[in-house]
Amino acid sequence: MSTPTLAAARTACVLRLADTNLVLAQRLGEWIGHAPALEEDLGLANLALDHLGQARLFYGYAAELEGGNRSEDDFAFLRDESAFVNLALAEQPNTDFAFAIVRQLLIDAYQLELYAALERSSDERLAQIAAKALPEVRYHLRYSSGWAVRLGDGTPESQRRMQVALEALWRFTPELFACDAIEQVLAAQSIAPDPAALESRWSASIDPILARATLQRPADASYPWYGKCGVHTEHLGPLLAQMQHLHRAHPGARW
Amino acid sequence: MTVAADASREAEIWRLLAEVHDPELPVVSVVDLGIIRHVRWPGPGGPSIGITPTYCGCPATEAIRAAVQSKLAAAGIRDARIETVLSPPWSSAWLTPAAHRALKAHGIAPPQPGAAVRCPRCDSDATELVSEFGATPCQAHYRCTACLEPFDRFKCT
Repeated sequence: MSTPTLAAARTACVLRLADTNLVLAQRLGEWIGHAPALEEDLGLANLALDHLGQARLFYGYAAELEGGNRSEDDFAFLRDESAFVNLALAEQPNTDFAFAIVRQLLIDAYQLELYAALERSSDERLAQIAAKALPEVRYHLRYSSGWAVRLGDGTPESQRRMQVALEALWRFTPELFACDAIEQVLAAQSIAPDPAALESRWSASIDPILARATLQRPADASYPWYGKCGVHTEHLGPLLAQMQHLHRAHPGARW
Repeated sequence: MTVAADASREAEIWRLLAEVHDPELPVVSVVDLGIIRHVRWPGPGGPSIGITPTYCGCPATEAIRAAVQSKLAAAGIRDARIETVLSPPWSSAWLTPAAHRALKAHGIAPPQPGAAVRCPRCDSDATELVSEFGATPCQAHYRCTACLEPFDRFKCT
């Protein structure tokens, strides 16, 4: 990849932040009416709302940066799969409640470090959004780590399922810390952190939770997906088809 | 336009906003919730009103903007600009004492960082968390082990 301009890199970075939050919100929303208990139905829906709200703030900023006619709805509903630049981890399906909790835990701990770094961004708007989102992410991590410990250090069956989910989702975590040309440009201007610099703090936050949950940290594997570069697993397409169907079938429809 | 006149027009808007209630928490006004960050009406044209969301995804945000617009319009102020203010981020510490009283009377435990969670009905501290999330993004769900009633608590942020 040739070196992107600062303006292109900034917009790309904001869209990555928006897409990861939107796709995760959609996945969490799929639990509504299906969660194991009413309290978790509410809890997962609340997480979804926070991520959706964060996505909207990022999309709004991306639209301003582009300076064109695209609105937040255009970004969410009128882009195809290859134009989405969310982390592949966020699009992984809700195989069972353990998958939802592990996916959330891995992303919460990552967003905590990411937003803490963005709060000090030289980009004032990114710093404001990150500062706004940070207390929400701290709260999310309380929820996901609480469930991770309860289920991991629970029955043999809940422990087994959590370990299966961890093994399945762990291979998507290298993307969180892989640095590409866009991130190099932004890190050089102190707009966004070098993702590699977040990894040790993320591990320091994840490892004690896994230990308390009596879960084994999987071995790091090579990483074949780059969601943030538009290369997705087979799971994003169906998610977008469901999310975008109404808007595309009835363009401009309003409640 | 004199400074005094500006101040009185702005005070009138603050008075009107004190009558706009959070649709999810109808006992608390948007002023007592701490989400009105500024009211400015320096010269010709309409006033500008800064509103901050409690949580990024709070679904009441749109309804609150609409309620503010319609309250002002009913008072003849039709050209108000509503601005979203993100910084500094809203905190539950911004709830006024009036909001604390109204929440408690409504059966919702007000946020008290560091203190025990007190049952809003029987004032017992013998309470336990049921769920980190309650009926709205700003609440968590608790149970009182003294009077056995469930209740929501305003989350501390």
